[in-house]
Formats: sequence, structure tokens, C-alpha cells
Amino acid sequence: MWWDAFDILLQANFWAATIRIATPLIFGVLGALICERAGVLNLGIEGIFVAGAMAGWLAVYLGLSLWGGVVVAALVGAAFGLIHGTLTVPLGLSQHVTGIGVTLLATSAAYFGYRVAFPNVATPPRIEPFPTLDVPLLRDLPFIGPIAGQQTAFTVLAFLCVAVVAFVLARTPLGLSLRAVGDNPEAVEAQGLSVVGLRIGAVMAGSALMALGGAFLTLSAFNAFYFGMINGRGWVCIALTVFASWRPGKALLGALLFGALDAYQLRIQTIAGGMVPSQIFLMLPYLFSIAALVLVARRADYPRALMKPYFKGQR
Amino acid sequence: MIRFVPRERTPVWLSLAVSIGAGCAALLLTMIPLALSGAPVFSAFALMAEGAAGSGFALAETLTRATPLIFTGLAAAVAFRAKLWNIGAEGQLYAGALAAVAIGAGAITAPPYLLVPLVLIGAAAAGAMLLLLPVLFKTRFGADEVVVTLLMNFVVLLFVQMMLEGPMKDEMALGWPQSAPLVDEATLPKLFEGLRLHSGLILALACAVGLHVFITRTVWGFRIRAVGENARAARYAGLPVGLSMALVGAISGGLAGLAGASEVAGLKGYLTADLSPGFGYAGIVVATLANLSPLGVVPAAIFVAGVFVGADSMSRAIGVSNYLADLVVSFALLCVLVGGLVTRFRIVYVRRSAA
Repeated sequence: MWWDAFDILLQANFWAATIRIATPLIFGVLGALICERAGVLNLGIEGIFVAGAMAGWLAVYLGLSLWGGVVVAALVGAAFGLIHGTLTVPLGLSQHVTGIGVTLLATSAAYFGYRVAFPNVATPPRIEPFPTLDVPLLRDLPFIGPIAGQQTAFTVLAFLCVAVVAFVLARTPLGLSLRAVGDNPEAVEAQGLSVVGLRIGAVMAGSALMALGGAFLTLSAFNAFYFGMINGRGWVCIALTVFASWRPGKALLGALLFGALDAYQLRIQTIAGGMVPSQIFLMLPYLFSIAALVLVARRADYPRALMKPYFKGQR
Repeated sequence: MIRFVPRERTPVWLSLAVSIGAGCAALLLTMIPLALSGAPVFSAFALMAEGAAGSGFALAETLTRATPLIFTGLAAAVAFRAKLWNIGAEGQLYAGALAAVAIGAGAITAPPYLLVPLVLIGAAAAGAMLLLLPVLFKTRFGADEVVVTLLMNFVVLLFVQMMLEGPMKDEMALGWPQSAPLVDEATLPKLFEGLRLHSGLILALACAVGLHVFITRTVWGFRIRAVGENARAARYAGLPVGLSMALVGAISGGLAGLAGASEVAGLKGYLTADLSPGFGYAGIVVATLANLSPLGVVPAAIFVAGVFVGADSMSRAIGVSNYLADLVVSFALLCVLVGGLVTRFRIVYVRRSAA
């Protein structure tokens, strides 16, 4: 029994599942951290995940290519980001309540749209999802080969996004202004840059990434759209963002850690099956997120202007 | 250049006009997806209105649906006033429902005038305890209560499922995961013969009035408002900020717990894991529509309930998905938020040269 619990860690399947579970979270945490680095909390994330999952999948179902679906999802995400950004940045409305509103709106729009497109279906219609990668040299490596062989191009895109976001935030003038607008908007204004423009842009870009997280689920992990398939993944990303202290590298780490925990939980369930109710294991990822948040909260270095609306010429 | 100048006082007619205007704007916005879906827009709205308030029966259904929404709306209103972002009313509702079943399903034998209050107090205590934990995390560790309360919703729902499949499962329910029914002495009486409307509504209305009096007429109510307006100033003035937060948490969680008890003891009679179709989240919408005023929560809850009940009946009649209700409600939330700018600020156009 104890050996079985340890043996899980040696299985390629477990590590492949870890990466698969982590991928949507990587997109989500990156998206949330871009928004928050610019000073805007985006609680629309949960709904944007749903809308991205639904829109990307529907686009492919209606005949677009898989990458076309990815683009559609990103655009839908950016559109909801524009709503959230417009209401919270120039109008300065409560970021909490607006975010919940965007989540409700995006979720109900996705569900309503699905019901309009498919009024009476018993089994959800399917698409042909992203195929697994087959890289000539990589597949022959021991242990790594089988893990990489179960991933799709969409996962590679997630890892690329980590690198791009990390580079842009740390090394480019755009990244510098973006960080500044979340820490000290007055300084950005003094430079002659538009605080409103930068923040809305950041929220749109972040929301587009969040939507990709949803689209991964319907275009790569599964091949259909289900009601309730997001099931709190978006909220988990908000917790992981604090855990990652708003850094892309740590975001990747946090998402992988969470993925490993979730994958482990699923496997240990079958070993311990019957002895412990399955719900106990299903609670673990949520409890882990809460614990991580509570543990790092004291030292968390929040962007200083997070949730503080900025009005030109007003202190 | 446009500036927002804070208003010292908002005239009542303006708040009313903005609420009605926002409601109309939400209905207008809903026409877009409705038209895109190819449904007959105006007859859909007419059917919704008829389904929500077209008959005594429809009205009773709307009020039945509004009952839990008044509780969760009050829970959100009192918390948001103190800037305690309790998004966990859904979980607190289930905790209350679980406590109601634990007390009322035969564990204690007592006459109704003892058992009903016991069920309600137990449910309120369970909801309150569930929110005090995130409040503690917030005041002690600085952990953001939004995420903690959100994630706890999922934990509580899993816990309820676990209890319903395990220790609290009704063996007579033919394998269906539901709790044993409440004993007759623990149930809230119905208000009218043949209707589902129950005395939970009276309790909800009493809570709204009580909360209004508490917030506007008592010292603790004043403290809560002061902490919400400016926590640093309140601390500087020597107000017990931590204690006020805990009190707000207990009230807010307790009200959400009562929502669960009222649904179980007044309507369903037993607990299932699908007791609430998102009443906790809808409470946030209700509180926002009511501009966080306890008395305003009552009409706001009736409006939201009417939208849901009306959409259900419209959906049965012409087959348009009842997710339309969620669309109307989320549009209403966003419209009221924007409308709130007009009530809180005077919007002044300043010429650039003058500024």
C-alpha cells in the first residue's frame, strides 16, 4: 500500500497527467498576473474560462481549424476583458463586484449560446481535438519520451507563453510601463503614457490568456463542451497568482505543483478506494489552494496600486 | 475632460430613476442575444412577465423563490458595506442546510415552538462559523477573503455530498443521495393552503427590517459602517476593527445559513446536493441592485426571483433556454453598477483650459 503510493511518482502517466492538468492553470495564472501587475483584479476569470472553452470549441465544431478555434477563444476573452477593463479602469467601479458580474455574464452567455446552438442533445457533440506530439528524437528518450508523447501543441503554446510573458514583463519598455502602472500610476502619467490605455490593454491581454486556458480543455484535454466543466479552475488561478507572487516563472511552478497534487489525488483515490470517501480527495486541491494563499499572504508583495482606481489629476 | 464629483446626498427620486433605468437597460441588452437566437423577442418578454406575476400562483412562486434570495442578499449587503468581500454565501447556505437537517431530522424530539428556533439558530451558527474562518485568515494573516470564501464553496459542497452518501444518507430514499426528511415539528408552516409559499418569507422580511434598524440605529451598526468607509480612520478613532469584522462575518454568514435552513425546513423538507441553484452568488447581484440597503434587498430579490421564475415558464412555453434569466440578471448587475456612478457622483464636464 505505501509502496503503491510512492510508485505513482515513478509512472510516466502521472507526470503526463500533471502537465495536462497544469496547462489551463498556466494560461489562467499568466492572465491573472498580467491583469494584477497592471493594478486590476480580474474575478471575471472563471466566466472567461467558460466562454473561452465554449467559443473555441464551437468555432472548431462549425468548421474552423483548431488554431482558428484558439484565436476565436482569445478574441472572446479579450472582449470580456474590454468589458471588465472599461467598467473598472476609466469608470473606477468595484473590481470585486464587476468581476463577479463578468463571470456571471460570460458563463450565462456561453451556456445560453450552447443551448441555442444545440437545443436538444443527449450526448454532447464532439470535435477532433489536438493530436499528441510525435517529436522524432524526444520520443526515444527513456521516461521523458512517454511523458512528452502525451502532450499536444497547445501545451507547448502554454510554455511558450510563460517565456514570452516573463521576457516582456522583465526586459521590455512595455513590461516596465505595465509594472509601473500597477505600482505607481502617477509616474506612468508623468511619463506621458496613458494609464487607462495601459490598464485596459493589460486586462484584455490577460483575459485572452484566461480564455485560452478554457479552450485547452475543450480543444485538447477533452473533445466536447460540458456544463460545469470549469468547476472553480479560474478561482484556483487567482489563489495561485498570489502564491506565485506575480512572477511568470513561479506561476509555472505553482501550476505544475497544483497539477501534480491533482493527478496524485486522482491516482491515490483508486488505491485507497472504499476506505476513504472520494470527496475527501476531491477537496484536496481546493484546500491546498487555500493553505497556499494563507501561508504566503503575510509576505505577499501585492502590486501597490492593485484595486486602486486612478483618475487623472486626482490624488 | 469629464470629472466625477462626489455627491453629498443622493435624492431619492434619482436612486429610484437609476434603478428603473438600469432594469430597462438590462432588458434592452438581453434583446440582443434573444434576437440572435431567433426567438420572438417581445412575446418572450411578455411570457416572462406573465410567468413571474401573471396570476396569484405565479406571484406565490416568485415570492417563494425570493425568500432565499432575501437572506443571501442581506448576507452580501451587510458584508460588502464593511468591505468584507464574502463570496461564500453558497457554501454558508449549504452549511446552514446541513445543520438544519442534523438538528431537525429526528435527532432531537421537541415541540415545534422549541425545535423550529433550534433548527434556525443551528443553521445560522453553522453559516457564521464557516465565514469566521476566512475573516480570521484575513485579520490574522492578511489572506484575501475573496479567494478563500470562493474556494470554500467547493469544499463545502463536496462535504455535503460526502455526508449525503455516507452518514446522513436516507436509507429509505432508494439509493438516491438525500438526507432523511425533517420531522413535522421542525418544518416551517406554509402560509397558504395549496401554495409552496412558506413562513420563511416572514422571517426573511423580519431579518431585512432588523438589519436596517441595526445598521442605522445602533452603535455597532455605526461602527460597521465606519470600518467599511475607512478602516484606517476607524482604527485611529479607536474603533475595534477586528471585532467589527468578526461581527459582520457572523451576521453575514448567519444570514446565508438561514437561507439554507429556510429552503430545507420551509420548502424541500430534506437536503440534496442540488438544493441551491446558485442562490449564494445571486445574493451578490441582489445586494448590488439594492445599493447595499437592507430594505432595498426585498424588492431587488423579488425582481431577480421574478426573472428566474418568469424565464422558467417562458422556457417551457416557447423553448428558449432558461439561461436567459442568468443573462438578464448579469446585465442588470452591470447596468446597476454603472448607474451607481450617477447616484454617487455628479458627472461634470470640465473644459481642458479651465482645468
